[in-house]
Amino acid sequence: MWNTLSRMARTGLLTEPLPALDGSSPELTALQSELLAVLGRALCIRQVDAGSCNGCELEIQALHNPYYNLEGAGIQFVASPRHADMLLVTGPVSVNMEEALRRTYDAIPDPKFVIAVGDCGACGGIFGTSYASRGGVANILPVNFTVTGCPPTPTAILRGILQTVRVPLTEVQRNRPISA
Amino acid sequence: MKLPEFLELQLLPLPANLPAGRARADCRQWLQLAATLRESGARLLALWGADDRDRDGCFRIYAAYLLTEGVLLAEHAMETTEATADPVYPSLAAIFPVAQRMQRAVYDLLGIAAEESLGPEADRRGWLRHGGWPENFFPLRRDVDGSQQRPNISAPYPFVMVEGSGVHEIAVGPVHAGTIEPGHFRFSVVGEKMLRLEERLGYTHKGVARLFETMPQSGGHRLAARISGDAAVAFSWAYCAALESITGTTCPARATLLRALALEHERLANHLGDLGALGNDAGFAFGLTHFSRLKEDLLRSNAAAFGARYLLDYVVPGGVAVDLPAEAPARLLELYADLEQSATNLRSIYDEHAGLQDRFRGTGRLQQSVAEKLGALGLVARASGIARDLRVDNPWPPYDNIAAKCIVQSAGDVAARVQIRFDEVYESLRLCRAFLQELSAGTVPASAGQVNIPVPAAAPYQLGLGVIESWRGPVLIVLETGPDAANGTIRRCHAHDPSWQNWPLIEYAVIGDIVPDFPLINKSFNLSYSGQDG
Repeated sequence: MWNTLSRMARTGLLTEPLPALDGSSPELTALQSELLAVLGRALCIRQVDAGSCNGCELEIQALHNPYYNLEGAGIQFVASPRHADMLLVTGPVSVNMEEALRRTYDAIPDPKFVIAVGDCGACGGIFGTSYASRGGVANILPVNFTVTGCPPTPTAILRGILQTVRVPLTEVQRNRPISA
Repeated sequence: MKLPEFLELQLLPLPANLPAGRARADCRQWLQLAATLRESGARLLALWGADDRDRDGCFRIYAAYLLTEGVLLAEHAMETTEATADPVYPSLAAIFPVAQRMQRAVYDLLGIAAEESLGPEADRRGWLRHGGWPENFFPLRRDVDGSQQRPNISAPYPFVMVEGSGVHEIAVGPVHAGTIEPGHFRFSVVGEKMLRLEERLGYTHKGVARLFETMPQSGGHRLAARISGDAAVAFSWAYCAALESITGTTCPARATLLRALALEHERLANHLGDLGALGNDAGFAFGLTHFSRLKEDLLRSNAAAFGARYLLDYVVPGGVAVDLPAEAPARLLELYADLEQSATNLRSIYDEHAGLQDRFRGTGRLQQSVAEKLGALGLVARASGIARDLRVDNPWPPYDNIAAKCIVQSAGDVAARVQIRFDEVYESLRLCRAFLQELSAGTVPASAGQVNIPVPAAAPYQLGLGVIESWRGPVLIVLETGPDAANGTIRRCHAHDPSWQNWPLIEYAVIGDIVPDFPLINKSFNLSYSGQDG
């Protein structure tokens, strides 16, 4: 136990500030209160791998490490789509995952955001469309935001999440459907 | 490599990065060879097929065996006539049980079926085909259009039922409750005890094999790296090794060392990530926090040293994309020192944590006899007492110069797979330091243009293979060049991930454990869905 506590103390706090969006750096507390005002709780994200090579998953998992500390910003990943506000989709949508992806999307209550992550999620990437691949996520679902990269860095994914939430927040408040 | 005389097989040369041979077998020899190799302790590494009807009217089935002295490729040609448009070949499943899923995949892609003569009736359920294309469409046949989209038609998939008082099923997936890849697990449980697990995979099938055939030889490494992103260096190296063996290219010594350095970094990143995740899955979030920090430090060093956090485009035909910047070696040595010290510290915390050890020990036990019988590969095999590591057994450059150590544990449980990862972290760090030393020693000087050389166009219809020990186990790329030598086309390229071998083992390892231990057991194997789905 002493060993564990001493390691915590010696490591200290490693969390870095949130990435800047178009020059304006989001203040952590401002973001938290903004999320709280709109959602009344943390932003909940459901991630679906719709056929990726697992590279994007590794970088999404990195968002939980102490440097990015996603949960500290008031954003959490949830197990059930019914608890989610946002769907984060990776991969070209494989033919075999198409139905599961659609069902997950349908299970998320409105209003909802969809982010396509990675070059494959954006346009099918190197896999394109074929007998086994439907290509980019937008071929299957309405997509609000796209984060390119192969794989995109955690910072790019975090920026994408922040951007998606910030831009249409007022629209959500007015209960209007979100346009892509 | 020598074959028993009674088989009357001729051993032909096969270009590869380690000792390899090729033998053409008829029906009888196909089975006899498999049985003989099984007795001698060989592993079935991969099984795949090809449509060569346009060339000589034949379908071909290939099996790659991993022997102690190298890789043996068995090849069996099946002539097609009007009467036998969809030929069959003798199933290897009774000799090598791991062949079963691969044979189902071969059927889904090519329409050539394995015929059982020894064991029970063959499993005819689709493995890669889930209803996204019709039953009579075989995407790897050369007379079909592989780019055409078809609507999904869902069909039922009958799982094996377990009957008895109080037995019920739990269906999990394909979408899982975390940021992980998709697959379906069907548990038959009584109370919370798992009686049986049946996996259904193939959800991330992206048509990699067909896609390779549309790519130039000079670009195939990019697709190879994306077969399983967490083993990108291993797969892209295997691809380049196959292409370089066919064309007789020898990479600059500096590039070879840099590839190995990148491969060990890939091993470190995955092991550090897994060690954290394993702590977390056993309720010790502290472990995840600290190991994910170490992993992030490593990935940031990757960006500084190799130009990217994940090295999907680092290994290229003829060498590597970029050389190390001048300041990189010193920074990397600092990183290694911190990783080593931190891992040692965290290991003692893990080892002394009673709650954690209670979850790790005896959980998900894979006995050595089962691992042997089912042909386990890589890290999972080594945790069950099978001392096999290609870096040690059949070292290819630069491992032939370094004497890597094979890490083995005997218990075969989650705890053993945790210990293997700790020990392999230390061993990888030792190898990294040695590679860096050689890179800085002056025998392989850094100067412009020495980390990659052009690869000449390959002759038509050449077969070559590349086998690399990834962090998970040996990955294989088999490359056949196309007829158009001027443009360097690919006729057929088969990629194999060791997850094929190790997925069925989880079905055995979980028996008798409780459902809440499944995520922990699954994580301790950490297999690739994308790598097996293709």
